[in-house]
Amino acid sequence: MTRRIVAAVVVVLFGLIFARLAANYVELDALRSLARFYVVEGPAELGAPNIVTGILITYRGFDTLGEVAVLFMVAASVGLLLKQDGVLGHAAPRRAASEIVRTGTAVLLPLIFTFGAYVIVNGHLSAGGGFQGGAIVASGVMLLLLAGPGATLNVALLSIVESFAGVFYVLLGILGLVLAGGFLDPRFMPKGEFGAFISAGAIPLISALLGIKVGAELSVIIDRFRN
Amino acid sequence: MTTGLPVSTILLVTGFCLSLIGIWGMLTHRNILRIIIGFAVMDTGLHIVMVATGYVTGGTAPIIDKALSKAEAAQRAIDPVPSALVVTAIVIGLSVTAVMLSYAIRLYAAKKTLSIDAFTESKW
Repeated sequence: MTRRIVAAVVVVLFGLIFARLAANYVELDALRSLARFYVVEGPAELGAPNIVTGILITYRGFDTLGEVAVLFMVAASVGLLLKQDGVLGHAAPRRAASEIVRTGTAVLLPLIFTFGAYVIVNGHLSAGGGFQGGAIVASGVMLLLLAGPGATLNVALLSIVESFAGVFYVLLGILGLVLAGGFLDPRFMPKGEFGAFISAGAIPLISALLGIKVGAELSVIIDRFRN
Repeated sequence: MTTGLPVSTILLVTGFCLSLIGIWGMLTHRNILRIIIGFAVMDTGLHIVMVATGYVTGGTAPIIDKALSKAEAAQRAIDPVPSALVVTAIVIGLSVTAVMLSYAIRLYAAKKTLSIDAFTESKW
């Protein structure tokens, strides 16, 4: 009982903080100066219509690289924690998936993968990008593993694909350092026509590598949890 | 339909309420899985709050296309920085959740229970 009262007090105090924050917040009626720079200069400088992708991949590209490194470390640590060393015991044999799930998977899987690839490669033009598309691809992998309990994922191949995507990501960054303004600067490739599929310098390439890397990493994490 | 309230206020209240529900869930439940779910709910609420702080009155998504020309982008686009930050925050939240879940599996293997009351070794 005391525990609940303490919890209630904590929640009420947090509620007071949040209420003050929400009550005193004044909605912006114009962009902040940094945002104004990104919105006005970003499309002209990078040739990418989607400003959020421009920020993620170029202006804050180094952070994105760090974030992918975090995902990589999580995949590694989950693998370490869930290593089969006899302590975890063996899971009961799984029931086979029902007819509906299996048929639905056969119909949906190509669509999910196509949609994921579409979201990844259109990241510079419309809402989407490497992270989002990678998550969609991984959700397809999840469906695949749900439908076939015996299905195995080639984790070794995925790891190789993921490592190469990471290496190429850094290589593109270094190319930007050598040929253009700085690390991960995508302007060493031609900007192309604004809004065209092949445009915005190296942003679609970096986005695709990011998508491959995120998709592979999330798939490996999902597979680790299955065993 | 307009409610008279600014959009960002509605979003802020929603996000903060979700966070409070998450904190309450984390503090009151004894099952490790429920605590993790509480964390995820709190996390989602804070993401909504972060996105809300980028909203500009009457703004639209910061994507230049037929509906938003380059010239009027500075007037009509929302602040893209919080949106970009939230993508990062979501990925980190997912990573933390994944690590917590694998620890939960380890703890279950050790004690065959998910109740946090069973793990008294690290209690002070």
